[in-house]
Amino acid sequence: MSEFWIILTGSLVAVSCSLLGCYLVLRKMAMIGDAISHAVLPGIVVAFLFTRSLDSIALLIGAGAVGLGATFLIELFHKHAKLQSDAAIGITFTWLFALGVILIALYTGGDVDLDQECVLYGEIAYTPLDPLIINGVSYGPTAVWVMSGVLIVIAAFISFGYKELFLTTFDPALATALGISTAVWHYSLMGAVSITTVAAFESVGAILVVALLITPPATAYLLTDKLPHMLAISSICGILSAIGGYYLAVWIDGSIAGAMSAVAGFLFFLALLFSPSQGALTSRSRAVLPNAQNS
Amino acid sequence: MDSLVEFISLSDANVRYVALGSAILGASSAIVGCFTFLRKRSLVGDAVAHAVLPGVCLAFLMVETKNPLALIIGAFITAWLALVSIDVITSKTRIKEDAAIGLILSVFFGIGVLLLTSIQHSGMASQTGLNTFLFGKAAALVGNDVLAFGATALVLIVAVIAFFKDFSLLSFDKHFALAIGYPVRMLELLLTTLTVLAVVIGIQAVGVVLMAAMLITPAAAARSWTDRLPVMLVLAAVCGGGAGLVGAYISTVAPAMPTGPWIVMTVSAIAVVSLLIAPRRGMLARALQQRSNRLQILDENILKALFHMGEHDEQFLAARSLSAIQRQRRMLQKDLTRGLLRLRKQGYTLNAADSWSLTGEGLERGKRIVRLHRLWELYLTQYLRIAPDHVHEDAETIEHIITPELEKELEEILEYPAVDPHRRIIPQKS
Repeated sequence: MSEFWIILTGSLVAVSCSLLGCYLVLRKMAMIGDAISHAVLPGIVVAFLFTRSLDSIALLIGAGAVGLGATFLIELFHKHAKLQSDAAIGITFTWLFALGVILIALYTGGDVDLDQECVLYGEIAYTPLDPLIINGVSYGPTAVWVMSGVLIVIAAFISFGYKELFLTTFDPALATALGISTAVWHYSLMGAVSITTVAAFESVGAILVVALLITPPATAYLLTDKLPHMLAISSICGILSAIGGYYLAVWIDGSIAGAMSAVAGFLFFLALLFSPSQGALTSRSRAVLPNAQNS
Repeated sequence: MDSLVEFISLSDANVRYVALGSAILGASSAIVGCFTFLRKRSLVGDAVAHAVLPGVCLAFLMVETKNPLALIIGAFITAWLALVSIDVITSKTRIKEDAAIGLILSVFFGIGVLLLTSIQHSGMASQTGLNTFLFGKAAALVGNDVLAFGATALVLIVAVIAFFKDFSLLSFDKHFALAIGYPVRMLELLLTTLTVLAVVIGIQAVGVVLMAAMLITPAAAARSWTDRLPVMLVLAAVCGGGAGLVGAYISTVAPAMPTGPWIVMTVSAIAVVSLLIAPRRGMLARALQQRSNRLQILDENILKALFHMGEHDEQFLAARSLSAIQRQRRMLQKDLTRGLLRLRKQGYTLNAADSWSLTGEGLERGKRIVRLHRLWELYLTQYLRIAPDHVHEDAETIEHIITPELEKELEEILEYPAVDPHRRIIPQKS
């Protein structure tokens, strides 16, 4: 039974990340997603010190705000200090993450819930051990409820804002001309990524959220040209990664989150080789388009 | 305080090793990081650092001890694999570089974490301390390590000096290098090998997760201070080495603390301060320069306004009231009064109570600005065929930055004209 809960939590995390990740990959903001997932750490630690629990809404909002703040910081470095964008991203997330690790080492010494390595790869295996108990009745693991809530919010965000997200992703100039604020949608998206990262944090940790944010969407990107299909395929890849990852981890007795990203990577590798339109081994037209190397 | 003194005196042999080792690590990764920074491939360095983890774990699984040579070779192999994969993905599929980097980074790291946890759970006695690769532990450095690092750093520095010309060209103008037949692929190979080398030795003190900072941040800090590459390399090395020392100090005072985050906080602080206060390129310096530019433009516009008023009634040196000036050219009252005061201090205006007039020098300067404005308008209409009602805005900005040399050229091209597109007389130089 706990197996089911773990896989369910993993799937919820994977689908949430995959959906948002599609937009990140299409907007060429994959590394900003990476940066946010690192940057939320100090927010989580500080909020944890107040709330003493990794599941509270307050933690979600507070730490999410820090993640969003990281995007502003990156902009600040890039636009006002005239730092090149890759360095702006690199400097911001490394120092925020370092801050988070220091805070953990200083203030949560004995807490098993939050130790340095856990923040990297989480411990999804613990989720069945933390059920939501209301009036003495257990409703299943808290993590499942939190992630389900997050997934519903994300699904709502994407469906209500579908046209605007679509347009600001593929043709920002037209979007601006039509009066759609690209900035609003950009920051909303980053905010959504931030909150998802925080919510997923307990299950898969900071760094592996990135794997789920980028890899399933990249796999889907190789398999389709249509955005709705891409969203669907990456969700499916996410779920497969969660299931496959669990069993792989059980088999070699390792971190479940690590296994999930390994499986996600494997699925990407399969798509790389066998994609009908772009696979290395199966595609017919092999015109190699030179992609810009430097940003 | 005592511990600080004790640290600086380097009396304890262990402290010496840790300090020296950390400083060398910091300095060598900073030097290599400068080139990745200039090539705008900083985040690839991040991917390399993360990709090292599975290699270290695989090597450990194969030799079953923490043999440093084996671990380094393992690290090298997976780091290389990661770089090659990023290249292949970027060039052969529609996936862009940022997604390729993020993907490889996280998947390789995930595999590394999987292997690491598997090793930890297996209970192999020799595996303790393998996880110091995650966040670094400078305190674990011993004499042999320092020798190894010193040698590696020496190799790195020698390579950078020997290939300095080539790496510079590669960083600043890769296409030119290709065009003149440089073996660019080989040079890139060499540079990335050096990067991997720096990463592999750097993760001992800083750890895998934060290694990227040691490549990027010292370079960014150094860049603020200079435009010259050799100076940038030295500054970056000092910054990285200094931060390494700070990390070493922390590890002697609090051995249980991971050193990586402290080193990163140090370099980041140095970088932020540099970005703020560096002369010319720093935020403060640029803000001050922009303010100075803005005020100069404002002052010149005031002189221009006074000149225009002089053109109307043929009395260039007449005294004008503030409201009259504002009717001629709209501007905020306080901008106008402050500007007039500045101009008076510099000798361009005079006043009697609230009536202001141009001095001889003010007249000349105002005349020049108007002249440049009209010359530029004429140039735009004649040479760029822009309609006369579209040229005013452009001239309003350019008039303040045309140099005397450019002025002379304009005159020659336009054949010493007398009137502008709006049939106003172009004031001649007196």
